[in-house]
Amino acid sequence: MTNRFVNRSELIGILVLAVFLVVILPLCLDVFRLNLVAKYLTYAFVALGLVICWGYGGILSLGQGVFFGLGGYCMAMFLKLEASSPENTKIQSTPGIPDFMDWNQITSLPFFWKPFHSLSFTIAAVILVPGIFALIIGAAMFKRRVGGTYFAIITQAVAAILTILIVGQQGYTGGINGMTDLRTLNGWDIRPDHAKVVLYFFEVGCLFVCIFIAQFIRHSKLGRILVAMRDKEDRVRFSGYSVANFKIFAFCVAAIFAAVGGAMFALEVGFMSPSFVGIVPSIEMVIYTAVGGRLSILGAVYGTLLVNFAKTSLSESFPELWLFGLGGLFIAVVLAFPNGLAGIWGDYVQPRIDSLLSSRKAKPGKEWTDNSVADGAPAE
Amino acid sequence: MFGDYSIGDLGSIFVMQGFAGLILFSVYVLMALGLAIIFGQMGVINMAHGEFMILGAYVTWMTSNFFQAYLPGLFAGYFFLAMILAFLASGALGMLVEWVLIRHLYKRPLDTLLATWGLSLILQQAFRSVFGAREVGVELPQWMLGSLHVTDSIEVPINGVFVMCLTFLITLCVAYVMYKSRWGRQVRAVVQNRIMAGAVGINTEKVDRYTFGLGCGIAGIAGSAFTMIGSTGPTSGQLYIVDTFLVVVFGGAASLVGTIASAFSISQTQSTLEFFMSGSMAKVLTLLAVVGILMLRPQGLFALKVRK
Repeated sequence: MTNRFVNRSELIGILVLAVFLVVILPLCLDVFRLNLVAKYLTYAFVALGLVICWGYGGILSLGQGVFFGLGGYCMAMFLKLEASSPENTKIQSTPGIPDFMDWNQITSLPFFWKPFHSLSFTIAAVILVPGIFALIIGAAMFKRRVGGTYFAIITQAVAAILTILIVGQQGYTGGINGMTDLRTLNGWDIRPDHAKVVLYFFEVGCLFVCIFIAQFIRHSKLGRILVAMRDKEDRVRFSGYSVANFKIFAFCVAAIFAAVGGAMFALEVGFMSPSFVGIVPSIEMVIYTAVGGRLSILGAVYGTLLVNFAKTSLSESFPELWLFGLGGLFIAVVLAFPNGLAGIWGDYVQPRIDSLLSSRKAKPGKEWTDNSVADGAPAE
Repeated sequence: MFGDYSIGDLGSIFVMQGFAGLILFSVYVLMALGLAIIFGQMGVINMAHGEFMILGAYVTWMTSNFFQAYLPGLFAGYFFLAMILAFLASGALGMLVEWVLIRHLYKRPLDTLLATWGLSLILQQAFRSVFGAREVGVELPQWMLGSLHVTDSIEVPINGVFVMCLTFLITLCVAYVMYKSRWGRQVRAVVQNRIMAGAVGINTEKVDRYTFGLGCGIAGIAGSAFTMIGSTGPTSGQLYIVDTFLVVVFGGAASLVGTIASAFSISQTQSTLEFFMSGSMAKVLTLLAVVGILMLRPQGLFALKVRK
């Protein structure tokens, strides 16, 4: 495994992250806090996708909330249908349809809801719906060589459209409140504590699958073309590569990662609402990647955890300060630390560790753990 | 859809919806003008543009309160002073922001976007801390209230007419400054070729700063006009920013005519559709149409070339 797509130091980094997420956090946190971490980690999927799409491909998408939302809504539709079985909803005027439809005088299940009775269809939809949507947007834009800021603005407009649509079509989507009161997954109750813990480990597993996919892309020839394209697009085009296709691919990968995160969000948190779809959350997701380091796959995870942890603790105790802090973070990351935490790590911490290690010839591992936790992850 | 209305009623409805669209059009044009200068000419994406507009609105609100309290006799004319103050306040803040933030980022447009988004969050919170989270409304002077009765079934509000005249005047001024004045020539020279412009003796840094300040100042005037037709809250600016960017992109970023044409078509489509369906669906359809057209014609309506 160390030869093809993970080199030694990256492998150590991944192991440290694995130990941190699988052993340290579950041991140190109670179930409530662990569930918070699980919620943060759903955004890490988005941040991971943005590393591929933005960091390596140079395509800044401000509409990742769209894909997060599409994935989340696909999952939430399945869960909602299961929660509104005829027995559970017999007080409604039309039993067997979700409660918000009943409130909006809809008397039969709309056609696009029907396939979501099936779990296998739902899982396929979580991947395919955002993937195909990204393919359409990407093909339309990149084939015409639209990129950079224009692409960012258009994705932002798409995020705005989807939010307005979801809020406006209350009877079909649950409106501004979203889909609440999700209960079981194929008969398995997702609400009690032990289910949350199981879901957490499942989610961490998915996250590592995505990390390995991202690593693979990064070290493959494809990843190198992405980087080349980001830095000198014309040269890559003149060398005979289809720049548009590579961009579409990176954008679709990012969309699918975001969608998986969204689906996990619906499972973990038990609801889905348009407030995770629009422009504001989409840009916040970009800042997670920027803080972690837009070129660092593992940094994206740490960045997400750190920003969200700061958000939760600051907005609990000083709600006014949080927006100042977040705004300042945007500016500071852009002006002072364009490579985020990973840049700080690579520039300052790692050289010191290397020199320490080479002078003492100590066994690596322990110091790595201590330092990376102190540097990249939220302290408990 | 048309069954319940007579021909005459329908005509009046179209005129009045068209007029509502014209007011929306004025706001779009005023906001988009500033953005077209900053984005179209300088290539900077200013996500905090809406907040500069809101700053203008708050300045207008404060001026109106000041006149009410100390100079009630001159209240009828407060708006003109308020507009100038709004322009100066937003313009000054814009120049400060350019100096502190933007000038380091001219070569990284995507990063400007993130940094100005951060700025917009900070400004929003600052507005909330200073002016409170509630929306504030400006009291209009007597002569702006009421409406003109054009025919029996058509009436148009006076403040709307006023805002439209104002928009027209400001558009003329901007067009003059950008295309006829010496300074406008310098701006366009810097945009076309920064190094050459510097070589022939134009102080490019200064031009950049004043251009950004002018764009932000126009946003301040837009905010001032905005108080005539709606109330102002700390996050009102964010509601308009995406629409405004779409207006600018749809029109073709570097073209003033394009900006106006696209603001007109977008606002008219939206307000006409609003009559036949819910406001949210009207907005969705309008934005979808704009995005769809942009996918087919990414350079916008009036620009020759818009590529990265």
